[in-house]
Amino acid sequence: MIPFDFDYYRPATVQEAVSLYARLDREGKRPLYWSGGTEIATFARWNRIYTEAVIDLKAVPECRALTVGDREMTFGSALSLSEIHDSGAFPLLGETGGGIADRTSRNKITLGGNVCSRMIYKEAVLPLLLADSDVLVAGASGVRRVPIGRLFDRSMRIGRGEFLVQFVMDAGYRTMPYASVKKRKASAIEYPIVTVAALATGSGIRFAFSGLCDFPFRSAEMERILNRRELPAGERIRQAAARLPAPVIGDIKASAEYRKWVWTITTEDVLKALEPQA
Amino acid sequence: MKLELNVNGEVRHADVRPAELLLDVLRENFGLTGAKPGCRNGDCGACTVTVDGWPMKSCLMLAVEAAGKAVQTVEGLGGTPEQTAFVEKFAFQCGYCTPGFIMNVHALRRIHPQADEAAVRDWLQSNICRCSGYEEIREAVECVLRSRPPADNEP
Amino acid sequence: MEAIGRSVPKKESFDKVAGSAMYTADRIEPRTLHARLTISPFAHARIAAVDASEARRSPGVRAVLTGDASDVLIGEEIRDRPVIARDRVRYNGEIVAVVVADTEAEAMRAANLIRVRYEPLPVVNDPVEALRPSAPILHEKLAEYQKGEGVVSIPGTNVASIIRVLKGDMDRGWAESETIVENRVSFAPSDHAAMETRSASAEIRPDGHVIIETSTQVPFAVKKFMARYFGIDPGWIVVRTPFVGGGYGGKTAIQLEAVAYLASRAVGGRKVKLVNTREEDMLTSPVRIGLDATVRLGSTRDGKIRAAQIVYRFDGGAYNDKSSDVARAAAADCSGPYGIEHLHCECLTVYTNHTFPAAFRGYGHSELTFAMERAIDALADELKMDPWELRMRNAAVPGDTAPTRDRLTPSNLGDIRTCLNRVRSLAEWDDWQVRQVNEHTVRAKGIACFWKNSSMDTDATSGAILLFNSDGSVNLVTGVVEIGTGTKTVLAQMVAERLRMSVDRVHVKFTVDTLDTPEHWKTVASRGTFLAGRAALKAADDAIRQLKSIAAVVLRADPDDLELAHDKVFVRADPAVQIAVKDICYGYKYPNGNAIGGQIVGRGYYTQRRMNPLNPATGEGTPGPEWNVGAQAVEIEMDTRDCSYRLVKAISVNDAGKVLNPKGALGQVTGAMAMGLSYASREAFYYTDNGTVLNPTLRDFTLLRFGENPEYVVEFIENPCLDAPFGARAMGEHGLIAMPAALASAVSRAAGVRLNRLPLFPETVWRAKNGGIG
Repeated sequence: MIPFDFDYYRPATVQEAVSLYARLDREGKRPLYWSGGTEIATFARWNRIYTEAVIDLKAVPECRALTVGDREMTFGSALSLSEIHDSGAFPLLGETGGGIADRTSRNKITLGGNVCSRMIYKEAVLPLLLADSDVLVAGASGVRRVPIGRLFDRSMRIGRGEFLVQFVMDAGYRTMPYASVKKRKASAIEYPIVTVAALATGSGIRFAFSGLCDFPFRSAEMERILNRRELPAGERIRQAAARLPAPVIGDIKASAEYRKWVWTITTEDVLKALEPQA
Repeated sequence: MKLELNVNGEVRHADVRPAELLLDVLRENFGLTGAKPGCRNGDCGACTVTVDGWPMKSCLMLAVEAAGKAVQTVEGLGGTPEQTAFVEKFAFQCGYCTPGFIMNVHALRRIHPQADEAAVRDWLQSNICRCSGYEEIREAVECVLRSRPPADNEP
Repeated sequence: MEAIGRSVPKKESFDKVAGSAMYTADRIEPRTLHARLTISPFAHARIAAVDASEARRSPGVRAVLTGDASDVLIGEEIRDRPVIARDRVRYNGEIVAVVVADTEAEAMRAANLIRVRYEPLPVVNDPVEALRPSAPILHEKLAEYQKGEGVVSIPGTNVASIIRVLKGDMDRGWAESETIVENRVSFAPSDHAAMETRSASAEIRPDGHVIIETSTQVPFAVKKFMARYFGIDPGWIVVRTPFVGGGYGGKTAIQLEAVAYLASRAVGGRKVKLVNTREEDMLTSPVRIGLDATVRLGSTRDGKIRAAQIVYRFDGGAYNDKSSDVARAAAADCSGPYGIEHLHCECLTVYTNHTFPAAFRGYGHSELTFAMERAIDALADELKMDPWELRMRNAAVPGDTAPTRDRLTPSNLGDIRTCLNRVRSLAEWDDWQVRQVNEHTVRAKGIACFWKNSSMDTDATSGAILLFNSDGSVNLVTGVVEIGTGTKTVLAQMVAERLRMSVDRVHVKFTVDTLDTPEHWKTVASRGTFLAGRAALKAADDAIRQLKSIAAVVLRADPDDLELAHDKVFVRADPAVQIAVKDICYGYKYPNGNAIGGQIVGRGYYTQRRMNPLNPATGEGTPGPEWNVGAQAVEIEMDTRDCSYRLVKAISVNDAGKVLNPKGALGQVTGAMAMGLSYASREAFYYTDNGTVLNPTLRDFTLLRFGENPEYVVEFIENPCLDAPFGARAMGEHGLIAMPAALASAVSRAAGVRLNRLPLFPETVWRAKNGGIG
């Protein structure tokens, strides 16, 4: 039960959505874009979020696009994680998204919603980072296309009134070997201790992590180290750990010490799985 | 706001706040209390209904989001194989989680009639049963998926 | 035709799969007002000020209640708890204010507007801390509180209850011991997490009747205690309970009923409904008890346990309610299913700044079992003896005495040795106990035994009524609440068996309404089939006697020559001389219109024989009727790197006495096993240093999910209890009891380190393995 009231809008075009936001914002309604809405619905119950107007993006056709072409593949931000998973279009994205929450919740949770979550995990962003996705961002001045590396730094850096429309990436990534491993504290359904996603490209293995620090990330520096095949895997991981972008977190899911250990062995397993054996 | 919903094949009207969740409108406005609140946080699955055939946690969905879609609750099933299987396999005790489980299994049978063990587990992990040890539920699901291809004319 | 021993589906099955089975909160009525709570964010604080002015002005609000709404103190064993906190809060989640409004959303909005100024006080965060001389005293007025029989408190301390159980001669026991081990275990409080959160409504009718609808296991206790607390004659209180969505002991405490009653009183008696949110259900309403325990065992070199010294420090929470009684049950059976001649148990229930506990499936027994079984494993290690063998050598047998000095008989004690033998074979215990599967993977097994007596009031009673329909079918009315155990179906089976009729023609009433339902003490302690079963059989016998009596007139035969079967009463020696039940159950009408007799109402009752309370100074007494037993085993597979593990197989061999409904019994046992494994592997509240709870949601308080469960192997042995209907022993709780101990045993074996704390999170195991505390 959501104790406060808000108005509900369901724009049919990108432009309409952006204009609605601008107007509602001017009127002081503190509008929120609503995609799956699961986080807003649950946060609202505990007054951790407040709004007087929500703008549902699910009727905007671009946000619902799912195409796989010869060169590019496109995922609309309002696709549910289950739709992406079941489509088989990009297995790394499907499976990593498929580790979030539970299946029924994923019928509602969307790609864009997860990536813009206020929680620290945002696991669906990992494959997007690995695939150097471009992000189509709608705003007052139209839709801009930005490489995710420039947009995502701990969270999506988008402006007030902007929303994510699509993720577009090279179709070649869909067939590359990959791994996506989520380690949980004890239960099949819970936030990760750590999630490791990796993609074996021609130029080396790419890694992205969630749960380890208080934001998901892909680190070029750590990737370089992890790909130094002249060193034993354990040594590479030890060196990579020294280059973490932030302290390893400790919380009720795991202490920092244990979390780092789980990350270490998981990364080792992933290396073993994706690296051609000498 | 005035809301028109298609619930169990019937057109229903309700005057609700846009912030109202589907779960509360089903229960409070339509008296369809088969969908149960268990956590109102998307964690337990007791409030699962189907929307256009997909299992959805009705505590995570605004009622207005379901406008124009086909909502089905356990009350609208009327004797499906999963209901029979749950009875025959003793797949519930207190029964509180049962409607949510049944709606999920019902959707699974229709969307993935050939679901393998991993898919069944993936789907069924969305619901918590606190009474059983899950074995009877597994048997019921297996029985439903094994014995019946989906027929389009049944609910 | 035979009804007993057959897997009759639960009579409520079709209602439950159709979504039409109604639970308390499913009653939707426009006239009902809704209550929402404001709860304390602090574990211990003085309430300096409550400002409800803004809440009172909020739309739809009809009343706001704070602590001054009532000065009544409630609690079953010790009356120490205000309905709404007054001046002080003692746990995170305690009710500080209640808002009543037209809709739940309005009530919720207003509850958010209540401003409370707290002055935090030092916190008691576990039972060991609570016992330190420097600990803050949580109940200064402990001496003044009203207490139940046998509750001994120590005013001026945090000890709500102290019980000693003494048997034999400890000096002799130690003298005869060649090996002595001491083992300490601990676990924090956790939650029942029934899928249905607790809810209650109350209304005060113009004529003075108080009508309470509540999601409870104890409607008759609600009636009794509400009468006592609020000075109402019991006849004016009516309690109704429809289906209950899981109890596990959690719905035995009286809490929301009192809140709803005060709320109704504040709005002129209008009906007020209160439904816990999940967070409130975990924080505000009672939890499962926590424990810190030390067990010291003395044994001969060949493994005969001669002495046991046991200290329990139960985390009794901020208010006592039933915690001291859960502790008493643990103390009474503290030895576990072993014949130990010399025994000393000190059992303390102490106040802490945690949510108060209620009964939890097992009622102190999985707690005592964990403490005892871990010590037995430690002793086996010390003796270098097979842990199965050590248990077998000490298993209690008829002729031994219980810690309460009750004499054990083949009827009041289940057959532990046969259970142990079967579990040894089913677990393939002798083949291997731990083995390396590959580089990082180990499999291991653990075993444990349990016994459990049922704790109950010495005069606990149950009644049953049988009414007939004009088709000769019967309606069975009992006060057992249908919480999912299928008890009402089993009772119908008993009645069908006794009346020699089809169980399909025995209808049962599900909703308990204290106005017209015979009392069943409480739906707890796995006593439904026993107490209500005996009552139902007696009601059936009463009906048979009446049927024969009228049939004797119609058939012109001696009643002793008559038999009842297949819906007919007939002459034993000449079955052709017969009359249908349907023709006599409302009296008999002769062809000329004359009528004799009248409608037949069968009635029965049962009260347990020769019970008396436990003496808190010595532990002597007969607080329970019989000890039901079993042996269990768990097999796990562990990744030795991060110590994560998978439940492979769980085995339970229970002495069922007689299996009345095989599939029903199997479900009770596997469900209980799952609950025990879930509890032992992942369930616990996380407290901050300030005593607040970090995980009051099902997202962070994780429960076993589909597919995480092990393969179940369950076997029943049937060694009858002579007092029980058809010999059937208690079943509902027992599958749970030794699971935590068996799991700890297996995980310890896999990790190569002795683990004594629950839950057994992989990280906890990993830390112990790397030199920390298990």
